[in-house]
Parts: sequence; C-alpha cells; structure tokens
Amino acid sequence: MKPIRKQRLLLILLMLAGLSLAAFFALKAFNENLMYFFSTSDVVAGKAPNNTVFRLGGMVVKGSVQRPNADLLVRFKLSDFSQEVAVEYSGILPDLFREGQGIVAKGRLDGRGVFVAEEVLAKHDENYMPPEVAGSLKKPAEQP
Amino acid sequence: MSWESFWYMGGYAAYVWPAYGVTALVLAANLVWPVWQRKQLFRQLAIKQKRAQSK
Amino acid sequence: MSWIPAPVSRFFHRTSSPPHFYALADRFIPWLTAIFLLLLGAGLYGGLYLAPTDYQQGDSYRIIYIHVPAAWMSLFVYVMMAIMGGIALVWRMKLAEVMLISSAPIGAGFTFVALVTGSLWGKPMWGTWWVWDARLTSELILLFLYLGVISLYGAIEDKRSAARAVSILALVGVVNIPIIHYSVEWWNTLHQPATVSKLDKPSIHITMLVPLLLMAIAFKFYYLIAVLQAAKLELLKRETSSQWVKNMLEKQA
Repeated sequence: MKPIRKQRLLLILLMLAGLSLAAFFALKAFNENLMYFFSTSDVVAGKAPNNTVFRLGGMVVKGSVQRPNADLLVRFKLSDFSQEVAVEYSGILPDLFREGQGIVAKGRLDGRGVFVAEEVLAKHDENYMPPEVAGSLKKPAEQP
Repeated sequence: MSWESFWYMGGYAAYVWPAYGVTALVLAANLVWPVWQRKQLFRQLAIKQKRAQSK
Repeated sequence: MSWIPAPVSRFFHRTSSPPHFYALADRFIPWLTAIFLLLLGAGLYGGLYLAPTDYQQGDSYRIIYIHVPAAWMSLFVYVMMAIMGGIALVWRMKLAEVMLISSAPIGAGFTFVALVTGSLWGKPMWGTWWVWDARLTSELILLFLYLGVISLYGAIEDKRSAARAVSILALVGVVNIPIIHYSVEWWNTLHQPATVSKLDKPSIHITMLVPLLLMAIAFKFYYLIAVLQAAKLELLKRETSSQWVKNMLEKQA
C-alpha cells in the first residue's frame, strides 16, 4: 500500500476509535436516562422517584389480577422474580395483557406504596411458536 | 383456510395489510425511481445530441 | 497494493471502470430479479399462509416477515455504506463513491419500513404506536443519518468533494449500528430482545423461522438489484460527457 493511503487508512481508524470512545462515555453518562423503565426491585429499594411519574416494568404475577368492581379498575402485582409491587390501573388493557406476561406501566407511587398506573403497555417476549407447541411445552400440572 | 379468513388475519387485518402495503410501496419506489430517472436522462441527452448535430 | 494478488487487483480495476461495471450490472440484474421474485414468493407464501398463528400474538405477528428483514437490512446497508466510504476515502475509488450514494435511499427506505411496520405491530401488541425507548430511538437516528447522507450529497455541487463529505458522515454514523443492535441488552426497553441471533436455544418455531429467513435473503437480493439500478443512474449522471455514454446513446438511437 502506498504511504499516503496507509496514512489515510490510519486516520480513519483513529477517527473511528475516538468516536467509539466518545460514544461509550456519552452513553455511560446518560445510562439512567436510557433506561425505559424501573424494575420492581428498584422500587422496593427506593431507587424510583417519589411523587413523580415514572415507568415500572415487570411480570404480572400469576393469580394476582383482581377486578374488584364491575368497572375498568384492575389490581395486580408486578414482579421481577425477586420483589413484588402492587399496581392499580383503570383503563383499557392491551391485547397481550395477561398473567405471566411482561408489561410496562406508567404512573406514580401513592402513600400506601401502591403504583397507580395511568398507562399500561404490554412487553411481549422474543418467542414465537404455534399454540399446540406452546401447550405441549407447559408442565402437565398447568394444562387444563 | 378460506380467502375470507386469510384477509381477516385473525382480526389484525387493519395492522398487517397496511404494513405489507407500505413495504411494497417503498421498495417498489426505490426500484422504479432510478429506472425512470435514467430514461429521462437518456431522452435529454438524445435531444442534446440531435441539437449538436444539426448545428 | 502489493499484498493483494495481481489477478484480483486486475479484476477490481477492470470491474470498477464505469462502462465495464455498467455492462456487468445489466447482465446480472435479470438473474438477480428472478432469484428475488422466487424467494419473495416462497417467503410470502410461507409467512402469510403456511406458518401457524402465534400462541400469544395471533396473526399480528406476521408483520415480523417484513419488519425484521427490513430492520436487518437497515443496519446491513449502513455498514455497506460505511465500508464504501472508507474505500472511497483511502483509495479515492469512484465506484465506491457511487455505491455509497446509491445505497443511501435504499437504506433509508428499509429504515422507514422497519419503523412504520414496527409501529403497526406495536399498536395492537404493546398498546402504543411509539415509545422513546433505546431501540426505537436509535433506529430513528439511523433514519436521520441516511437522510443526512442524501441531503449532504445533494447540497455540494462538486460530486467528488460531495462524496468525500458523505464518506466521512457515513463513517461517523457507524457507531450507531452496535448501539441499535445491543440497545435491547444494554438497557431496559419496551422492544423485546433478539430472537434469531440468540444462540442458546431456538426461540422461534421452525415453521415460522424458515419463511423469515427466506424473506431476509429476498431482501438482500432486492438490495442488490436496487443498488445496481441506482448506481447505473449515478454513473450516467457523472459521466454524461464521456465516450462510453455517447456510444451507448448512439446504439440506443
């Protein structure tokens, strides 16, 4: 390779290395802001903001979904498999909302430590399969 | 499966078909545009050449 | 280029001469189109008709057959652009400049398709058209990078200097590519993590996976066809006054 080309190539590689380093530090600095939601453990540990709106993500605990009245009010628990947080929501739920499903709720904590949601989004997983296969994968005890 | 249930897409027709429609439009546009532009360019160049010859 | 064998180097020099490349593209396009149509037909038939409905998402998941290939291509085309930019800067190769700028609208198209189909999928499943999570935001930035490349190239009159400018922009933007790919692992996002590139266990059923891969390969062939068409136009525009273009005009007249 001619020296001039070698020099240009080196310059480009240096530029890319510098950029990657800059991007790395920038992303590290904004790490918290890039998180779309807090986990339930974060909330129990008091890391989530008080008196302000934030997003909470987790799995809907099996058997925890309750509809106390005839209206849209729903109570359920969210978990990240170590800590649970109680959630209250009144509104239309996405098609994918069900027990055992991951969701992200936007809202705030009230005085009782209950998360009052104003919006609930479903977070679907990365698995795709036909219903028969999904059924056969479940443990026999869970099958109807 | 009948055609009707195929187009129905389990109730998600309003999302699935627009998605496929937009994709088809965008991909087709990126194929047709350069071909059409090239034809335009050829036409222009041919006119220019004729003019240069008639001078 | 002493480290590249002479025949390879000769092949590249000949192929990269505009008239030769133009003729080569003309020869390949019909074949590429045939393969593309076959793959597309098989992929659509498999994805929309043969593949079973999903256990959770019903038929809405069928958007995956265009959403995921388009998203993959949006990253792939950008990486190709950055590589072409590097070659154009180091070796001052005209054909690399042409391929770079010809790729930009196609990549922008793929990115746009990925965003729109994702939105149409997100509304029924997540419950929202759009969220500002790391994956969606970084993909939107990718669209702006593509549009930046297109408009920067258009804004500079002299096409050689324009090519140099967009080469640098394409290289700068390449840091966004790993960010998009790993965003779902590095941060909490509403977007789910990767399905196909996950190595430990298959998380998509084989009857659903095969059409997805067919569509992905079909989109690769589409890119080849589209980039060759765009490159032919760009070459003609740049070399209107050269002899080979004049010869071709006479033949057509």
